[in-house]
Amino acid sequence: MIPEIGQFALILALCVAIVQGSLPIYGAAVGNSALMSMAKPAARGQFLLVLIAFCCLGYAFAVKDFSVLYVAATSNSQLPLHYRLAAIWGAHEGSLLLWTFILTVWMFAVTLFSAHLPETMRARILGVMGLVSMGFLLFMLSVSNPFERLIPAAADGRDLNPLLQDPGMVMHPPMLYMGYVGFSVAFAFAIAALLGGNLDAAWARWSRPWTTVAWCFLTVGIALGSGWAYYELGWGGWWFWDPVENASFMPWLAGTALIHSLAVTDKRGGFKVWTVLLAIMAFSLSLLGTFLVRSGVLTSVHAFATDPKRGLFILAFLAVVIGGSLLLYAWRAPRVGLGGGFDLVSRESMLLANNVLLIAALGSVLLGTLYPLFLDALDLGKISVGPPYFDAVFAPLMTPALFLMGIGPLAQWKKANLPELAMRLRWAFGVSLVTALALPFVLGKWTPLLSLGLLLAIWIVTTAAINLRERLAHVDGSSLAGRLAAVPRSYWGMLLAHCGIAVFVVGVTMVKGFETEQDVRMNVGETATIGGYTFRFDGAQDIMGPNYTAARGTFHVSRDGRDATVMYPEKRRYPVQNQIMTEAAIDSGLLRDLYVSLGEPLEDGAWSVRLYYKPFVDWIWGGCLIMALGGVLAVSDRRYRLAWRREEPAVPAATQTAGRKVA
Amino acid sequence: MSWLALIMLLMPGLAWAGEAKPLAEDPVAEARLKHLAVELRCLVCQNQTLADSNAPLAEDLRREVREMIAKNMSDQEIIDFLVQRYGDFVLYRPPWKMTTTLLWIGPFLLLVGGAITLVMALRRRGRTLTDSAVTDEEHRRVEQLLSQGVKRS
Repeated sequence: MIPEIGQFALILALCVAIVQGSLPIYGAAVGNSALMSMAKPAARGQFLLVLIAFCCLGYAFAVKDFSVLYVAATSNSQLPLHYRLAAIWGAHEGSLLLWTFILTVWMFAVTLFSAHLPETMRARILGVMGLVSMGFLLFMLSVSNPFERLIPAAADGRDLNPLLQDPGMVMHPPMLYMGYVGFSVAFAFAIAALLGGNLDAAWARWSRPWTTVAWCFLTVGIALGSGWAYYELGWGGWWFWDPVENASFMPWLAGTALIHSLAVTDKRGGFKVWTVLLAIMAFSLSLLGTFLVRSGVLTSVHAFATDPKRGLFILAFLAVVIGGSLLLYAWRAPRVGLGGGFDLVSRESMLLANNVLLIAALGSVLLGTLYPLFLDALDLGKISVGPPYFDAVFAPLMTPALFLMGIGPLAQWKKANLPELAMRLRWAFGVSLVTALALPFVLGKWTPLLSLGLLLAIWIVTTAAINLRERLAHVDGSSLAGRLAAVPRSYWGMLLAHCGIAVFVVGVTMVKGFETEQDVRMNVGETATIGGYTFRFDGAQDIMGPNYTAARGTFHVSRDGRDATVMYPEKRRYPVQNQIMTEAAIDSGLLRDLYVSLGEPLEDGAWSVRLYYKPFVDWIWGGCLIMALGGVLAVSDRRYRLAWRREEPAVPAATQTAGRKVA
Repeated sequence: MSWLALIMLLMPGLAWAGEAKPLAEDPVAEARLKHLAVELRCLVCQNQTLADSNAPLAEDLRREVREMIAKNMSDQEIIDFLVQRYGDFVLYRPPWKMTTTLLWIGPFLLLVGGAITLVMALRRRGRTLTDSAVTDEEHRRVEQLLSQGVKRS
């Protein structure tokens, strides 16, 4: 009964989405306020209905209702409750429900924080989001129904893929989808502005916080996924350039470009046409990511679905959304004004150059990801495009981008003076260069890449320091604390996010440069030393988990004769899918991780063991979190809060007509 | 505590068994294998390098590569042998040939194309733009709109 309620809720949600996607947009076109005002209740109603459907599926998992096909396929009676609930997005149908649910969450958020928007704008935004949601609901109800019954019911479920039975599974997909789908808001703002023909500075300021929030979620989501792969896959890598990873990275690159381009549109009125295109691009890539992962066109760790009917639907949907919005763009965008003028050397042009680099990087990732598919489809042979290609292509594109990151924020709007900039930055450059050249020698090993990585990281931090010092000099206030407080939060956010990049670069550089590993055969009681730490293997015991059996090794780790820690890596066997999983043991620290994973049992209780010493590896994810924190700080800026708080303003008639004209 | 030390001494292979041996017999050959294996694909895995994979076939292939290293074959000869047997699919660094030209020069084209478009757009813009497009009047209106909001109906 409960699953049927869920399905019925989805059908109702589709009806509401059809209304929401048509009438308010029409109302905005003809100036009918009654039709426009339907958008808000429709969006909220849809949120409620999809929430009901989501809870129904969760309930079916909680009570182990194996008469629901999806539940039987992705869970098992032995699976603990939190993983049964995470199994909602453990495969195709449920992840689409999660996608749609999160879309309605964003819609609901728009209805809450849009009091300051002109009514036509709000009606169009919610209408566009309703259209997107309509596509997904239609997809679920036609070819991908999570509530499909299995009659007779299965005695037990086929279980969730053991790879996914991990805390990462609980957090990573919702975070990632919050980011993916969050770009739908930026997209809806852009389409609404194109429809209304009112791309202006106000539009940019309105959509900025939404874009930043979505970007923060995506950043955290990608970092979580990377961290999960690091400890779960058992060989200590943190990024594999897997097509599915690329699928989430491309919207991130587009989103990063969009955030910077929006800053110019907001502050200087420039780049409007480009900004709109980026907003369309970011969301299109999110859709493409969903398509790549969900259609089974890629065969990789994450792609658990293979069904051509679904692939075709998503492809058609992609064509309609992307094609439609690009057509609208081509039709409407040329009418948009150019915005403020600026010189070839100015903060605007530097931001634009950074955009070019980001988009070239994005294009390269897209090329590398899709190229094997196209070759295969055209029968021109099967090739693999892997880390060596992406590393070779990505690093040269990102190096100038990171270098520009230090200069851009210090350059003046409109017209910057290169010699003067060089004067202001000479100390930062000198310090960075000397430190970057000397530091690797101090650490015991010099390679060009090591110095380059450190140079970029130190450059970003030192230029940020100069930036802050100059900024404080221009702020009124007697005490330092007072001046620090007077600096707006969006500025702090920018500095923090940039420093996050620096932290990330340090992590990548150090772990690539100084990581050591050992493959050893360890008898009970034998020791192995890596990175100054001595590991003593004290044997492996058999243990029973809730739905697996495992051999658990015990390693006593000491340094300079003193006990440091005890580590317990496991080799698990999940009987339902008869799968072996390596659970590495990791001792994390600010400056290094120790990483132990069990290989195979050998004779006499000995094991093959892989030991890693990974310096600074946690800085990789720490850097991502700092970036996201910077985004959060920027969004909490006073001017956005002021705009959102204003619920029922008293506006003089003159301003109101002026506002309508702009809107 | 001396009895504890005694027990540990009496239990064979528990406390003082010494340094663990590397899994590979020849560390130099193993380093070469590692160097090769990180750019090779495990053919039965979903997306894993030969170095990382624990699949039986990957194990077999690693053993074969070890044997080839022992036979003193150069890296290039080993790669050629593997490509002949498994095709380009085994290489994570796609070889440069007709069908992959676009793949390799694509990023370069994107960058150069982007840069040219950027400079041209900025030049054209500089010519067509006579004045600040955001006029003071517009700025005032936007500020007013943003700071005072618009009445909802």
